[in-house]
Amino acid sequence: MPEDTITLTIDGQDVSANKGATILEAAADQGIDIPVICYHEATTPNGLCRVCVVDVDGGRVLQPACVAACQADSKVETDNERVVRSRRTILEMLNASVILEEAPEIQQMMRDNDADPQRFPHAQRRESELIDDNPFYVRDYAQCVLCWRCVQVCAEDAQFTFALTLNERGHDTAVSTAFDIGMTESPCVFCGQCIGVCPTGALKPKIEWGMEQGLDEDKLRALTRRGRKRDRDRA
Amino acid sequence: MNDDITAICARYQGRGREALLPLLWDVQTAQGSISPAQVHQISHMLRIPEADIFGVIGFYTLFHDQPTGRRIIRVCTDPTCALADADAVLHEVCAQLDIEPGATTADGEYTIEHSPCLGLCDVAPAALVSARGEPDRAMSQVSAAALLDGWAGDYFTPAGDENAVLLDGGLASAPQSLADYGDYAGLRKARAMTSDQVIAEIEASGLIGRGGAAFPTGLKWKFTRAAAGAPKYVVCNADESEPGTFKDRVLMEHRPHLLLEGSALAAYAVGTDRAIIFIRGEYPKATQILQDAIAEAAAAGLLGALTIEVRRGAGAYICGEETALFEAIEGKRGFPRMKPPYPTTFGLFGKPTAVNNVETLCAVPPIITRGASWFRSVGTAGSAGPKLVSVSGHVARPGVYEIAPGISLRDFLERQCGGVTGQLRAVLMGGAAGTFLLPSEIDVPLTFEDLREAGSTFGSGAIMVFNDTVDLRDVLLRLGRFFQHESCGKCFPCQLGTQRQVEILERLDAPLPGDRQRLHDIGMTMTEASICGLGHTAGMAVMSAMEKFPGLF
Ligand SMILES: Cc1cc2nc3c(=O)[nH]c(=O)nc-3n(C[C@H](O)[C@H](O)[C@H](O)COP(=O)(O)O)c2cc1C
Ligand code: SF4
Ligand code: SF4
Ligand code: FES
Ligand code: FES
Repeated sequence: MPEDTITLTIDGQDVSANKGATILEAAADQGIDIPVICYHEATTPNGLCRVCVVDVDGGRVLQPACVAACQADSKVETDNERVVRSRRTILEMLNASVILEEAPEIQQMMRDNDADPQRFPHAQRRESELIDDNPFYVRDYAQCVLCWRCVQVCAEDAQFTFALTLNERGHDTAVSTAFDIGMTESPCVFCGQCIGVCPTGALKPKIEWGMEQGLDEDKLRALTRRGRKRDRDRA
Repeated sequence: MNDDITAICARYQGRGREALLPLLWDVQTAQGSISPAQVHQISHMLRIPEADIFGVIGFYTLFHDQPTGRRIIRVCTDPTCALADADAVLHEVCAQLDIEPGATTADGEYTIEHSPCLGLCDVAPAALVSARGEPDRAMSQVSAAALLDGWAGDYFTPAGDENAVLLDGGLASAPQSLADYGDYAGLRKARAMTSDQVIAEIEASGLIGRGGAAFPTGLKWKFTRAAAGAPKYVVCNADESEPGTFKDRVLMEHRPHLLLEGSALAAYAVGTDRAIIFIRGEYPKATQILQDAIAEAAAAGLLGALTIEVRRGAGAYICGEETALFEAIEGKRGFPRMKPPYPTTFGLFGKPTAVNNVETLCAVPPIITRGASWFRSVGTAGSAGPKLVSVSGHVARPGVYEIAPGISLRDFLERQCGGVTGQLRAVLMGGAAGTFLLPSEIDVPLTFEDLREAGSTFGSGAIMVFNDTVDLRDVLLRLGRFFQHESCGKCFPCQLGTQRQVEILERLDAPLPGDRQRLHDIGMTMTEASICGLGHTAGMAVMSAMEKFPGLF
């Protein structure tokens, strides 16, 4: 066996993996699907959502498969009782805080893990008004799961524009601009990368949003025309 | 632009992002809050995006991005202060000013807030007061009158007995001066040894970290010394924010030179001349005392090439987690990093770093002067050396005690703390992140190993004693609120779990069917799936209470 290869078992299957490969990658090679929310090829992984947790050798804590490297001769279980309890509870708690109607993948995860959408009654939701402050996209943070991807692509992972940050902390954490100024006042260059990486309906092109609102073609054109004009005026 | 601010900024000219927290502190002390125009100016000077600075201000509860009252009064409402009627003080203050907690009076004079534990649990109820342009003040045994009119409430925790080493045979109210402390004999002795010999002595002593994680100190230093990369750092963790914990405050306020000598010894051992003490923002008195002591030691030529810098936190329990602490010093939101890599190889500014608790570093000078065998002669094989604990709640004499590990909790409470007042109901060991012991369980010896076996912990060294007049549901609710307030929000299990947990704790008197199972699933999910120790322990007290006091649920 080549030196840079290790062996381990994942859900009972013998697996060989490159040294340094994540458990997520090794499992994918075997056709074993581990759910992910915050992980994305284009962004630095931060291990935030933890729906990807797996059990490694029955350790005291579970490991996030998206960042944890495969360990030689370890025994990984991606679907046992402990794993499913954490995964299900995270999804249930998330669903109690955030509108997930436009996140079909997360909804599928909930079904796959028998998550009860009503598990946490009377929960405080992370509410937010829709923000319509620029001609290109709208922001609906009531649908934001705090995967950080938009903040990351706006910063060092792609654009180096730094229009966005995280504000507050804990359950009150929110994506925002400096002092919540409007997007057109911020350094945002409207590259649209944030929209591209958002896993929910929190960030949406204005046209798409307008169509959902049932606006006719004239009104849609007006939305963008007004936008362009405003943009020219500013320049 | 305001001249004051320009002058403040000028002091930080040429520095980078690491200057952010000190600079924000200076601006806020002068102005009361930090405005968009000031953020703009700081952004240019330190080359940090404005959005990032805004995010940093929003993370730390002692920073304000909106105008506040000229005076900000923060009253602690955590469990021990609650036993001392802190809620009544807070309500009285609010009633007199005709505002709600969290609000500012119409004349802009006062802002009133709740505070998490201020590390003054032995002299509860406690408050932290900021007045514009003046240094912050921590106050003890406060009343509404003292907070609004008198400005009185300085405190002193008598502690130590004739045998005490860390507490030096009993404390005086003033900080120990250099003349009384001595000229760093341990450091002189160490300088005649090699660094490896110093590390070997610490290893031989069996000293294990006093910050909560119980890691062997000698081994940590060995790893740091062996790691590649320069400069290396010694970081003293003085963020002490675990509810019920105040031993580090007492050490810093009374024996500052002991900590400085310990830090210097650590620096000598790992091979660096850079030490930083990161102290919680709620400890203004200890901060000043340390700064004065550093100046005193430097003037006496005791520190040599070593620089010891004091960095002030700004209201975030999570910054006691070692990697979040590094982020704070680096001028960022206090998010814990993923481990590995560990601090000994990749710590502050990505360099090898030995991070130690205040008490851990304070144990080092006597080990060097008296020898490892002296340290081993106190305590047990698994828990060598004198150990400090912070005792609060229903005992005759709350305070900081130096114990020889091995004494049973019962004997300790009876002999050293003057006994339990009233009928004992429960002891919470290790603070909010800890577990309960029943009256039938207090014969457990106070050692790392015996407590672990009993399913309990020293943790931060907090021992909170509750008699049978205490509403334990209320205690749990306050602990739940603490974690909800302090979760950094980085990982979903803890960000969501601390919120869901407190929602259920709020209705413990009239629970919904299934709440018990919900609490259990939340607790296990936080414990098993969170990123850091805060999430790992945020459900501990609740799960412990479910086991020991099932009737509460
Ligand atoms: C949420 C959290 C808070 C912590 N707070 C502190 C603290 O205030 N002081 C401290 O010394 N260690 C604290 N720790 C432990 C530190 O991460 C670290 O283990 C310790 O500073 C190492 O020092 P020691 O080896 O001397 O114990 C905390 C850990 C966590 C997870
Ligand atoms: S807005 Fe979208 S991309 Fe940004 S953090 Fe929220 S869910 Fe993630
Ligand atoms: S466990 Fe809590 S405090 Fe720690 S990283 Fe996760 S959210 Fe932050
Ligand atoms: S996908 Fe691994 S933590 Fe989010
Ligand atoms: S100071 Fe209030 S509980 Fe510690």
